[in-house]
Parts: sequence; C-alpha cells; structure tokens
Amino acid sequence: MATDYAIDVHGLVKRFGNKTAVAGVDIQMPRGEVWGFLGPNGSGKTTTIRMICGLLRVTEGTGQCLGYDIRKDAAQIRELTGYMTQKFSFWTDMTIRENLEFVARLYRLPHTRQTVDETLETLGLTHRQHQLSGALSGGWKQRLALAAVTMHDPKLLLLDEPTAGVDPQARRDFWDEIHHLSLKGMTVLVSTHYMDEAERCDRIVYLAHGEKIIEGRVPDVIDRSGLLTFRGEGAGVRRLADDIKHEPGVEHVAYFGSALHVSGRNRAAIQAAIDKHPTDDVSWNEVRTSLEDAFIALSAEAGEDKRVHA
Amino acid sequence: MTGLFRSFGRIWAVFMKETVQIRRDRLTFAVMFGIPIMQLILFGYAINMNPKHLPAALLVEEQTPIVRTMVQSLRTSDYYDFVMQTDDPRETGDLLARGEVAFVVSIPSGFTRKLVRGERPQLLIEADATDPAAASGAVAFAQTILTDALRHDLKGPLASLAAGPPPFDLVVHQKYNPEAKTSYNIVPGLLGVILTMTLVMITAIAMTRESEQGTIENLLAMPVKPIEVMLGKILPYVVVGAGQTLLILLAARILFNVPFIGNPWILFLGVSVFVLANLALGFTFSTIARTQMQAMQLTFFFFLPSILLSGFMFPFRGMPEWAQTIGEVLPLTHFLRIVRGVMLKDTSLAQLQAPILALCLFTAVAVSIAMLRYRRTLD
Repeated sequence: MATDYAIDVHGLVKRFGNKTAVAGVDIQMPRGEVWGFLGPNGSGKTTTIRMICGLLRVTEGTGQCLGYDIRKDAAQIRELTGYMTQKFSFWTDMTIRENLEFVARLYRLPHTRQTVDETLETLGLTHRQHQLSGALSGGWKQRLALAAVTMHDPKLLLLDEPTAGVDPQARRDFWDEIHHLSLKGMTVLVSTHYMDEAERCDRIVYLAHGEKIIEGRVPDVIDRSGLLTFRGEGAGVRRLADDIKHEPGVEHVAYFGSALHVSGRNRAAIQAAIDKHPTDDVSWNEVRTSLEDAFIALSAEAGEDKRVHA
Repeated sequence: MTGLFRSFGRIWAVFMKETVQIRRDRLTFAVMFGIPIMQLILFGYAINMNPKHLPAALLVEEQTPIVRTMVQSLRTSDYYDFVMQTDDPRETGDLLARGEVAFVVSIPSGFTRKLVRGERPQLLIEADATDPAAASGAVAFAQTILTDALRHDLKGPLASLAAGPPPFDLVVHQKYNPEAKTSYNIVPGLLGVILTMTLVMITAIAMTRESEQGTIENLLAMPVKPIEVMLGKILPYVVVGAGQTLLILLAARILFNVPFIGNPWILFLGVSVFVLANLALGFTFSTIARTQMQAMQLTFFFFLPSILLSGFMFPFRGMPEWAQTIGEVLPLTHFLRIVRGVMLKDTSLAQLQAPILALCLFTAVAVSIAMLRYRRTLD
C-alpha cells in the first residue's frame, strides 16, 4: 500500500523559467523514520522539500505525501505536515506567545491558551513569553520555530537546515528533541550540512545538481563510496597536503581538525603516495572512512553542474 | 587633497550602486515617470476651473419664438448642455437630486404673454450648489446671455422693453447649499478621500510585508485559504474605517456645521461598500507589488486620479468626456455622489442605486483579481 510511505515521490522536476533546480528526484521514505537530506548549497534540497509540502508547484513527476497527491491535495498535506523554513519566518514583531497563539488558532487547536502554555513550558520559554520573537538568539529562534511547527502534532516534519548558525550545545538539544518527536511516531526529513547530524539519521539522501546521487544508511553510503582513508597526524602535515593531493591514486585530501585524511580507492597507491613524502614528525595509520570523506568524493564524482542556467 | 579624491571615489561607488538598484526596480522607475506624465495630462487637459457644457434640464411649459430664442442662447453659450426637456417638474427634481444635471431651467406657462406686457415674468434657474464652483460660472452669465439674446427679438412695438431693465426676472435657486459654502462640498468629500488614502495604503502594505519579511513562506505552509487570509487581513481595517468615518462626520458637524439632512443608514450602507471596495483594491495592490515601497507607489498612483478626476476638487461634469469616463471607474467618484447626496440633498436609496451598484461591481472585480493573483505557492 502506497500509504506505508510518508513520502513517495517519483521523478520530481522543478524548473524556474529555463533553469532547472531539481532534475528528477525519487524518494520513498517510510513512516516513522528520521532521514537526512544532504548536498551542497543549491543542490535542490529546499526546492524538493517545498514541492513535497505544496509550497512549489511540481513541473514534472508525481508523488504522494502521507497518502495525498502532492499536485492536488496541498490543502490536506498542509494540515498534516510541519515545515520549518531555513530562514526564521515567524513574526518578529509579535511576542513568542502571540506567535504560538496564532499558529494554534490557525490549526484550530482546542484550548488555545492551555496548549500554548504547555508548549511554552516544554520549550522553557514561559518566563520570556512576552518578548518579541525577533529579540531571541539564533538558537532560541530555532526552538521556537520547531515548537510552532510541531504544535499541531503533524505526521510529517520537514526541517530545512534547522541548525544552521546555531551553537553546538543548542544543536545537540535540537537533535534530542527531533529524536524525541520521532519516538512519538513523527516522520522527520531534515536537511543539513553537518555530518554529525547526518550520522544521527536512519538514512540519508544525497543530492547534487538537482539529482539524487546516493541514498542509504550511513555505513552503506560510506562502503559504497569504496574509499580507503589514511590519517596523518603530527606537526608536519600542513606541508604535505599540497604535495600528496596531486599524487596518482589520491582522490582527495582533507583536514579533520589538525589531522590530514588522504582518501582513494587503491590501498597500495595511497601507501605509495604517503611513502613518497617521508616526514619524521607525521605518523600515518589507516582509519575508517568518514561520511564527510565519502561526500567529498561523491561531490567530486557528480562533477559539473549539468543543469541549464538562464 | 587626496582625502577629497578618496571621498569622490566613495561617492561614485555609492552613486553606481544606487543606479544599479534603481534600474532593477522597474515599477519604481515606471512610477517615477508615470506620475509626472499623469499629472501633466490631468492638470493640463482634464481639469477645468470654469467648467462649461454642464448638463442641464429644461422645464418649459410653453413654446413660443421668444422662449425658443432664450433657450437657444443658453445652449449656444457653451455653459448649458440641455440633456432633456420636459414639462414635468417631478422629473427634473429627480435629475437634480441624483446629480445627473447641474441645472434646471424653468420657464412657466404664460411667460411670453407677461413678458410682452412688460410684467417681467420670473425665469427660474435651479442650480445644484453642492459644488458651488461648478454652478457659479453658468449662473453668473445667465442674465447677460439671456438679455443679449432677447435684444434681437424685441423690435418694433416691443423695442421699448429692450431699453430698460431686463424684461424678465431671473431667479436663481442655489439648491442644497444656499449660501454656496465650499466646506459643504469639501468636508463630506474629504471623508471619501481620507478613507481611500488610508485604507488602500494599509492593505496594500499588509501582504507585501509578509513577502518582504519572508513570513509568507510560513503562512503558505499552513492550512489557510487565500480568501481567509484576505478577509482576516481586511477586517481589522473595516473597524479603522468606521472610526475614521465617525471622526470626520463629527468634525463636519461640530467644526464646519455641514448639514446632514439625509438618512444616516443610507450613508452607512454607502460607506460600508466604499470601505470594502478600497480594501479589496489595496489587497489587489499587495498581490502585485513585491515590496512595501512598491505598494506605496501603487497607492499613490491610484490616489492621484482619485483626487483629481472624482469630482472632489474639480467639478466632475466640467471635465472632458474621456476624463469623466476614467472618473466613473474610480470608487471615490461614486462615493462622493452618495455622501454629498445623503448629507446635503436627502437623496433616497432608489436615487443612489447606480453609485452603490457601481461600488459593489468594483469590489467584486477587485476581489476576483486579488484571488486570481494571490500566490498559493512560492513560484
């Protein structure tokens, strides 16, 4: 039955004029899971999310969201989804309470006052409820937005880069809340640039240039990239980076903190590349390829942006 | 010296940036040139401070060569356009009340006989003085026009009549505003002007603010229909409009002593439809403009002809045909007929049917356009 999927879309295409933003994306996302939506800026993540929740008309393709046709039943989909925009889009000239009250009334939630009281309590914003939402810090704005879009208890939660520009502690709290909602049965699709967040997802979908490049569980995605990674640590790694990058068999070189990761698909070739630049103060050992390594490789593989631009 | 040079360099940088931004905002650019052109045309061609060709009705109870001469002279004077002739005073009274004619010229039966006998019969001109300016020219010249015309006819045995005072007695009734007070005309009109300006502007901004601040994305993602958004946004301003109306009516009474002789409920109905028409228009503007700035410009672009072509500042019937046609499209034109009619003339609901229906039609069209243009998506 199609309704086993929270999101079930095929060949989604979105064109703005003659510019293609999304070039045929398929997503079959089961209910109750938390999926990560990854990809570089401009890869079509936001556009795809907006098509799913009826904010943008679909140019081509078909699909269902919670069993409703995304082309025809936008009204029903809106009732059942919560969409948190990338940019804070609540009313900055209204207080926290007024914003929540507006949302509660719009969804016709019973006992507005009580519902809002409870939400404020859960948020820990009761003492600041009469502050203008525009005066909140980035982290609190995100929490307010999450609370507002989940107040009507949606079946599906679409979060567009919810933690961009938020401090690490707030990010952690935010993700705890997402898992908490997931445990209550909410399906969550969240776009992000953070690898640690991607690793907390059941499955990830990676977009580049408006196309789906890969989809799967985190370890599978890493395995499928077929990459091997060596990690070099020590004071001398900075001098090595530029030289090793151009050695044959080395696909990419990236810093992880102060360490250097050298990745490729052939163990012997990487080994040879490292041996060619012997340094006393750097120690090398093979490590498990990280998701970020896999993505850098995937992005490079996806190559040039083939979409037509105006 | 180098400090000055550097300063010029920076001024140049800002100048170039501003030029780029002005070019990018097409609507602003169009408004900057559209407004002066509109002003030139309206002030240059449409507005006439000494209006001629005002519609008039003729109430004649006898047809004699002398009467014909007199009527003909008024007609050729360019001041009076006789749109109808009758011998039924009820008919002319109705025309005057509805504002379809500015004058009624009445020549009673027996006029010629009395004139020939030298009894100086009365000739009556009733002028709609709700707009004193419109009536003044035509009334002022009537005596001269008629006397001059008769001079040719009064020959032979009648020559003696041509010599003395005019052989007839011209009676002018400044109807509805006997003292010809300008404030009687302006203050009720001001009610319409103020409602137009504030309500169109406020609603025009209301929706563009959502787009400009990005909150539109949130609004669109929530289950609320366009008509629900429109009504929800407009209704608070209906209350604002009611407050403004009350304020102006009180001021009209207390400060300016403008009479209110008609039925307040008819005015209430008129104001209600007019307020809705303006709010619907403002909402339509807000679906066209992308920024609050553009919404303001559109409002101003609409406000200018509303003031000039509606009959608020200048006599409506004194304008050329094309300007009157444009004026008929503006809600203010119809509202002025209602408000002046009710307050000064005690016009009945039946007589105000046309302007009220016109306002309803305007509202319906504006709402339809707004609903068609309202974006349900971010496309």
